[in-house]
Amino acid sequence: MSQVTPVFKREFLGYFRSPVAYVFLIVFLMASVGLAFFVGQFFRANQASLESYFTFHPWLFLFLIPAVGMRLWSEEKRTGTVELLFTLPLTTLEAVLGKFLAAWAFLSVAILLSFPMAVTAGYLGDPDWGVIAGSYLGSILMAGSYLGVCSLTSALTKNQVISFVLSVLACLVLVLLGWSVFNGALSAVLPVWAVDLVANFSFVTHFDAFTKGIIDPKDVVFFLSLTGFTLFLNVVALER
Amino acid sequence: MIEVKGLVKHYGSKRAVDNVSFTVRRGDILGFLGPNGAGKSTTMKMVTGFLSPTAGTALVNGHDVTRDPVAVKKQLGYLPESAPAYGEMTVEEFLGFIAETRGFRQRAEKAARINRALDLTHLQTVRTQTIETLSKGYKQRVGFAQALLHDPPALILDEPTDGLDPNQKNEVRALIKKMAAEKAVVLSTHILEEVEALCTRVIIISQGKVVVDETPEKLRARQPGARLDEIFRTLTSSEV
Repeated sequence: MSQVTPVFKREFLGYFRSPVAYVFLIVFLMASVGLAFFVGQFFRANQASLESYFTFHPWLFLFLIPAVGMRLWSEEKRTGTVELLFTLPLTTLEAVLGKFLAAWAFLSVAILLSFPMAVTAGYLGDPDWGVIAGSYLGSILMAGSYLGVCSLTSALTKNQVISFVLSVLACLVLVLLGWSVFNGALSAVLPVWAVDLVANFSFVTHFDAFTKGIIDPKDVVFFLSLTGFTLFLNVVALER
Repeated sequence: MIEVKGLVKHYGSKRAVDNVSFTVRRGDILGFLGPNGAGKSTTMKMVTGFLSPTAGTALVNGHDVTRDPVAVKKQLGYLPESAPAYGEMTVEEFLGFIAETRGFRQRAEKAARINRALDLTHLQTVRTQTIETLSKGYKQRVGFAQALLHDPPALILDEPTDGLDPNQKNEVRALIKKMAAEKAVVLSTHILEEVEALCTRVIIISQGKVVVDETPEKLRARQPGARLDEIFRTLTSSEV
């Protein structure tokens, strides 16, 4: 497993060697903070909380995380560096983990860079810091699951556009399953337990608890196991 | 050193490589010849562990590539066709990444390895340039430097002189010759003079099968007075 480190390091620094990192960080912050201010009414809600910031994350991630994840493997396949990587003395799992963790760390940086929002809330009022910490944790865990899905679709093709579209679709399904509008429509035809079962596979259902400050092990397990499962499929797809 | 035993590779119903076997000893430079699409690159990719063979195996220094690919990859230096590399990295950073995955993590040792590889391939002048800004000849040398960095006992070079100007070709040939004394080298090429100038043995492969495995002198003696490319044409077109 020691071979994960050089792969991680190369990938993580790779974001900052190209304009990708800067463009992404700026767009991510403008979009996430913009939504909180203009759609989520951050000030007008008159509450010292970041709820209006976090509540849009499942929708924001839907487009922004595939933008990071689509290049993970597609790019390596297109430029042929995948041949270089897999003739170095490392296993497929080590390569997958190294690249995934680097992208995850990069996304975590993007999420945590919104800290001035938390500082503002703390300056203006008396927010519940536990809720804020829980929301950040939930958001980062959820980003990992999105990224796992994107990394998998990226391993399936050397075309970044196909990779992007596939991952948006896959993530969209995982969001919609728990969207209240969709569930409302579903409960007209299905019994309640079936709707609950379907909603249980959604990002939104599991993320909501975090934004209320509840860190339930079953939500943590959901995100981690979804991430683990997609990474396992990722290894299988690459070794095929 | 390198022992290839009955390698077979199917792509769908097409038999790209059909029961290829050969041995390369220390001090040998094996020239791998054949028309485009004959299966040269596929064979090399299977020996390096990048592709898994449909049947057969290859042993490098006693390690079986189908059982312990990581051990084989440690013994090999591999220059893939068209020398892929991470374009956004500088030459120095790229070789640093290779050094780390090859297990040279200590600063002094890493720097020594990188410097040695840069000296061997005459890359010192461009060490801080990003790879995407380099000309084809320089990129090829970066690929070489990467393959030589860990001073491997066996080298596999897929068209090492492709796209180089005559001076660079000579330089690369001299480099291969210099290193060959204590290494086993396999190189594929289209250029027949290169085989005469460099190789101690020739394998001609046509439609996935080995049709010739002998010394360049014996190959020449097949049709006294004929040019090498005429002999090559007779051997590879008789199969069609």
